[in-house]
Amino acid sequence: MKKLNYFIMTIIGFTALLSSCNNQGKGASSGALASSAAEKVYVAPGEHDEFYAFISGGFSGQLSVYGLPSGRLFKVIPVFSQDAEKAWGYNEETKPMLNTSHGFVPWDDAHHPDISQTNGELDGRYVFINGNNTPRIAKVDLSVFETTEIIEIPNSAGNHSSAFVTENTEYVVAGTRFSVPVPQRDMPINEYKGNFKGALSFLSVNPDDGRMNIEFQLLMPGFDYDLSHPGRGNSHGWFFFTTYNTEEANSLLEVNASQNDKDFIAAVNWKKIEEYVKGGGGTKMPANYAHNVYDDNTHTATSTMKKEVLVVNPVDVPGAIFYLPTPKSPHGCDVDPTGEYIVGAGKLSADLTVHSFTKMLNAIENKKFDGEAYGIPILKFEDVLAGTVSSGGLGPLHTEFDAAGNAYTTFFISSEVVKWKVGSWEVVDRQPCFYSVGHLMVPGGNSRKPFGKYLVAMNKITKDRYLPTGPEVTQSAQLYDITGEKMELLLDFPTIGEPHYAAGIAADIIKERSRKIFNLTDNKHKYATTSDADVKVERNGKEVHVYMTTIRSHFNPDNIEGIKVGDKVYFHVTNLEQDYDVPHGVSIIGANTSELLIMPGQTETFVWEPKQVGVWPFYCTDFCSALHQEMQGYVRVSPENSNIGLSWSLGE
Amino acid sequence: MKMNNYHLLILFSVLLLGCGEKETKKEGFSVERQKSATEQKVDVPETNTVKASERIELSNKGVGPIQSVVLNAEIDQAMAAEGKAVYDQMCLACHRVGKKFIGPPPNNILQRRSPEWVMNMILNPDAMVKEDPLAKDLLQEFNGSPMANQSLTEVQARAVLEYFRTL
Ligand code: HEC
Ligand SMILES: [Cu+2]
Repeated sequence: MKKLNYFIMTIIGFTALLSSCNNQGKGASSGALASSAAEKVYVAPGEHDEFYAFISGGFSGQLSVYGLPSGRLFKVIPVFSQDAEKAWGYNEETKPMLNTSHGFVPWDDAHHPDISQTNGELDGRYVFINGNNTPRIAKVDLSVFETTEIIEIPNSAGNHSSAFVTENTEYVVAGTRFSVPVPQRDMPINEYKGNFKGALSFLSVNPDDGRMNIEFQLLMPGFDYDLSHPGRGNSHGWFFFTTYNTEEANSLLEVNASQNDKDFIAAVNWKKIEEYVKGGGGTKMPANYAHNVYDDNTHTATSTMKKEVLVVNPVDVPGAIFYLPTPKSPHGCDVDPTGEYIVGAGKLSADLTVHSFTKMLNAIENKKFDGEAYGIPILKFEDVLAGTVSSGGLGPLHTEFDAAGNAYTTFFISSEVVKWKVGSWEVVDRQPCFYSVGHLMVPGGNSRKPFGKYLVAMNKITKDRYLPTGPEVTQSAQLYDITGEKMELLLDFPTIGEPHYAAGIAADIIKERSRKIFNLTDNKHKYATTSDADVKVERNGKEVHVYMTTIRSHFNPDNIEGIKVGDKVYFHVTNLEQDYDVPHGVSIIGANTSELLIMPGQTETFVWEPKQVGVWPFYCTDFCSALHQEMQGYVRVSPENSNIGLSWSLGE
Repeated sequence: MKMNNYHLLILFSVLLLGCGEKETKKEGFSVERQKSATEQKVDVPETNTVKASERIELSNKGVGPIQSVVLNAEIDQAMAAEGKAVYDQMCLACHRVGKKFIGPPPNNILQRRSPEWVMNMILNPDAMVKEDPLAKDLLQEFNGSPMANQSLTEVQARAVLEYFRTL
């Protein structure tokens, strides 16, 4: 009790302090009364938010869709993890999406969403996101808010410096965090040094249909490639990757990978490598990786195993790759909206190191080298350095930008966001985070044209911030208003899984393009039943295919007889509705899989293997209409040796 | 919203059962009960005694985008064929020729309704069942089962109407 009082007093004191600061700031600039935080995040019932925020779920494997400033959760898009609610990875159509060279992998660790760009501005067509654990890149199509493509990355492990896009979405880049033997082979772990490689993969994105393809992989020295960002404006054509463990330690990295005073930011001139590859450069190497594509007309995914990948040895393309020394195991690698500054967040130091792109080009031209690492020139630190931000914080992680020349950096250890000025490197504000903030996001803060206005900080620890829920408590996102000189904390909302990183965009760019239904006439599913006249049940040995339709408020057929124990029954269910927001669900007693959730005009399939004789009901699982409770049917299951023929009906 | 409808529906079914409309079958059971005091208190509005589906309202154009439709004396067979194709895909799940199914049968509909009303019902059912008294009564007659908006274009709806003329 005493403790609590003390705590409350502290909070009150703190709030008083905070608000007095705010008032001063506001008073000086506008003289207006400080509007309340609640007002700023209030989006009245029925009104729309101004921004979409796509917040990754980290170890949940999914991507969540929130509105800003309200912090309301609209959807969790299943990406790398099975989702019984949406039948993702459970129905026959989407199982192939989770196929890999290791077989079906129903989970991953989803980290960095990035929105597609045109001319350096967010265009809202796709979100790309990386799966860390079994290296994959997924593409979410924002006309349907569904994952429509997943490609596995060979020669990679801990796919972390991913999935960031270039200015015109020419490439999505996927860099390995863990270096591994390439090709994989049986060898002693302690022979890591000099033998393992770090693959940086460049995936092209077809401008017409968005189809991804691994164009080339750079086989870099065996460091850990942590994060990356593309150049923009003048530096378009370059990509920057932070590295750590340049010691190439293979054990107790906590100590052994923190020995060097400086690690590197790798600057990669991908245009030069692209040219080299187009001219026939590089080596085709045998590989085995899955490429999974979901088609919105067949409503079905296919998985193709690819057998080859083009690899490039950095020393074969002189002048394309350089190392920029950067202090203390840098994590974030962020490029400002002009493309001139590359910010390295040395997570074991207190300072941020900012490199200048112009200086880098000069240093390259004048060969200001400070040695080389495995044949890659190391540029002289002083000759590329633009400035240092002496923040006073601890554990800088990641920086994003607004449209007014300000940068915002998170500090994990000191749990705060620090605002500083690009160019003068002067710190102008700092606000606490609750607690242990990782990445942050400013809508468009990763592009030539940030929208600014808000900042979302994503926290790993929340302890006392919410009602307790046992040992596991929610992680959180915190929304700050960044329109003033000082940042103002507005809202604190819980998230799914680990809110690892996010991408935000003005809602108007996406909203109008969001599809309402799938056209029945475009339904090319192999087992679609687009007219009630074509409803049927077919037997092929022990396999039975039910061509079923659904519409408010019945299934056709809803009485089926002639199924036998030991059969494998495929229910191919087409939703005949053509109106917005009328999905139907379906499942049957004892099905060893999830329900289906079928959108208007869509066909989905689940498999049922009846094990017991009887008459078994199925029903609609999504409350669809006033007669939803009437939406049910029966399947009669006879003994294996029964000679009852197939029959089906509705309303007879 | 949905729950409200649902509750209304339960109430409505209870009322229906109370009216003893269902015929007694050989098997199964029949319900013969008196309305309880509370049920009697429910104020059932005095409505048209002719069932909505059988009512004839040829001057009612309904609510929606369609103001006037010109029907040629001669049926356009090509258009009717297109209309049938649309109907088979979009409507058959709920409407069957010659019998009451989820919705009313479409044959002879122009003897009961104006062509404008029919097209508005196809193109704008959500507003129709709220604002048009006849459509509203139909929804009740069909136990709250909604007439689905199948997102037809005006051209498609017109073709379906032409098909209805052939039935
Ligand atoms: C989900 C079932 C369903 C579908 C699909 C459906 N309807 Fe209906 N329809 C109904 C119901 C039920 C009614 C009765 C009114 C109500 O309940 O709202 C109705 C009423 C009508 C009426 C008025 C009938 C009368 O006698 O007054 C017309 C016309 C009509 N529908 C046409 C169509 C057409 C054309 C299509 C296809 C484009 C279609 N319907 C698709 C369920 C459906
Ligand atoms: Cu339903």
